[in-house]
Amino acid sequence: MKIIERSNFGRLIELLKEAGYEVYGPRALDGGLVYDHIEKDSDLPEGYKDQQGKGLYRLEKSGDPYLFGFAVGSQSWKKFLHPAEQRLWKAKKTGNGFTLLDPEPEPRPRMAFIGVRACEISAMTIQQKVYEQAAALSGNPATPDAPPFIVAVNCTHPSNNCFCTSMDTGPRVRSGFDISLTEILEDHSHYFIGESGSERGADLLAQIPSRQATEAEISRGKAATDKAAQSISRSLDTHGLKELLYQNYNHPSWEAVADRCLSCGNCTMVCPTCFCSSVEDTIDVTGQYAERWNKWDSCFSIDFSYIHGGPVRNSVKSRYRQWMTHKLATWIDQFGTSGCVGCGRCITWCPVGIDITEEASTIRNSPKTQEP
Amino acid sequence: MPKSGKPKLAVWKFASCDGCQLSLLDCEDQLLSIAGKIEIANFAEASSAIVKGPYDLSLVEGSITTEHDEERIHQVRKASRFLVTIGACATSGGIQALRNFSDVKEFISLVYARPQYISTLRKSTAIADHVKVDFELRGCPVSKDQLLEVITAYLGKKKPNIPNYSVCMECKLRGVVCVMVSQGKICMGPVTQAGCHALCPSCNRGCYSCFGPKETANSSSLAGWFLQKGASREEIVRLFRGFNGNADAFRKESEYYEE
Ligand code: SF4
Ligand code: SF4
Ligand code: SF4
Ligand code: SF4
Repeated sequence: MKIIERSNFGRLIELLKEAGYEVYGPRALDGGLVYDHIEKDSDLPEGYKDQQGKGLYRLEKSGDPYLFGFAVGSQSWKKFLHPAEQRLWKAKKTGNGFTLLDPEPEPRPRMAFIGVRACEISAMTIQQKVYEQAAALSGNPATPDAPPFIVAVNCTHPSNNCFCTSMDTGPRVRSGFDISLTEILEDHSHYFIGESGSERGADLLAQIPSRQATEAEISRGKAATDKAAQSISRSLDTHGLKELLYQNYNHPSWEAVADRCLSCGNCTMVCPTCFCSSVEDTIDVTGQYAERWNKWDSCFSIDFSYIHGGPVRNSVKSRYRQWMTHKLATWIDQFGTSGCVGCGRCITWCPVGIDITEEASTIRNSPKTQEP
Repeated sequence: MPKSGKPKLAVWKFASCDGCQLSLLDCEDQLLSIAGKIEIANFAEASSAIVKGPYDLSLVEGSITTEHDEERIHQVRKASRFLVTIGACATSGGIQALRNFSDVKEFISLVYARPQYISTLRKSTAIADHVKVDFELRGCPVSKDQLLEVITAYLGKKKPNIPNYSVCMECKLRGVVCVMVSQGKICMGPVTQAGCHALCPSCNRGCYSCFGPKETANSSSLAGWFLQKGASREEIVRLFRGFNGNADAFRKESEYYEE
């Protein structure tokens, strides 16, 4: 493991840019954190901390020069990996049919992500599996883009809504990164403990001015993330959760949550694993030109379940139940893991503060077992 | 169909400010293409020439506020094959439906020197309260992109891409940070239908609900949350009593908080 002084952190970004990557990372904007272009280290939200609660987020100056002294914001990396709105093709009318226009997909830039958290790496792995499975089913496996270069950050400042410890996804990264960093701020020093997780990560790390980490520094890094894990107070009991939810399809708590739920879709939009989208065809006024778009959609919208004859999920109760049961139960049958990584975004960004961990424990504490 | 073989478009005005019709004129670049595809048969804002009905596509702006209009809308319906209401006035009664919550006679005597000349209904109501409506386009005013989409979809015989989900979805699609969660600003977005591309939240303000209630709008949950966050009952009444105050989901909420 290497020690990179804070003063040399900027080199990491420069080296990534020199290697031809577009670099993205967190930035403070309009009272929140967004993932956006990063040109230099001063673009990062230095000296910020976050406060998160149910339906509550505040980004504030902390007085400490931490570069990563906060947990995750509302956005997730899926906005780069699977953009919110994407044109699939465009075509013009020819005779009785149509001809596709420049069918070549536009080349996407090689991306590097800075500040990726452990839960987010898990989310990327989960989403990738979904897309791979979908591509295999379509019999048309897509050629994968080059995977982004991942500079992960081990969390030292979890939020009140983080529960990665319950989902076994954090706060320390285990795999799926090129370089991982633990940020250490002490009286007179500010440095990062860097570790490589891939060959290209090791190559890049070797070019940043650094020195070998001492045993004491390594254990300081470990202690910082251990402390973070201990500070996480939110939890979700996953033991037998799938069966529990299957047995409680008609639990009265679904009605209760539907009274509060706005079916606004925020939870699915911010969730780093939610992958649903719909396909939309557009034509121009002349009727000679058409486009097909892929757009993020949500199981909370009524049109999402519209099939011939009407929507399947008319009630908000059935929509919330679909969402939560998919995240925590049917996902396991479908893809072999939970669909929740415990990032807490859905709790923070729900306008009325609905809390998935609380909903699950309500059912656990008063199960009304019945046939599914 | 007229001799030209092109479908005939008519634009009708009831009680309104003309803003929605102007959105159509605002589609300058596309207007020529539209004009090539459709015969603009009745559109007082664009041309004084009036072609006789029946009309293939009627766009109706404005609400019903007089006895005369109450009759006229039935004639418009009879003369139209496909009738689309445009804007908050036509789809919910508009800002002038604020009168529905008060005594209109009192207003008249306060505002007009000779109230006896004024003949008006007690309430301002949506077009759909009077005749069958084939499609409703929301907004105060409507979005010109959505208006074009409706006309284009009509010409292309397809379903228009007009989502009825929340403004929140648009915030997230375009990456706007939620002003309610991150700044504590009151926002009507979670109960409001999309259509503006989250214009106000993207300008750091809460949504005013120009597009009216979304599908299954849960007004009581959101109003309860506002109250819990310190909003007064009067404020809540004002929030739900805006351009779309007469829409069912909003009217019930403002009446509840007025009691
Ligand atoms: S959930 Fe865990 S890994 Fe994710 S941001 Fe919070 S502490 Fe970090
Ligand atoms: S369900 Fe909620 S906590 Fe779980 S991954 Fe999605 S946003 Fe995060
Ligand atoms: S749970 Fe919250 S964020 Fe999700 S749809 Fe319901 S109100 Fe919106
Ligand atoms: S700013 Fe308003 S419309 Fe946008 S997500 Fe927040 S509550 Fe919804």
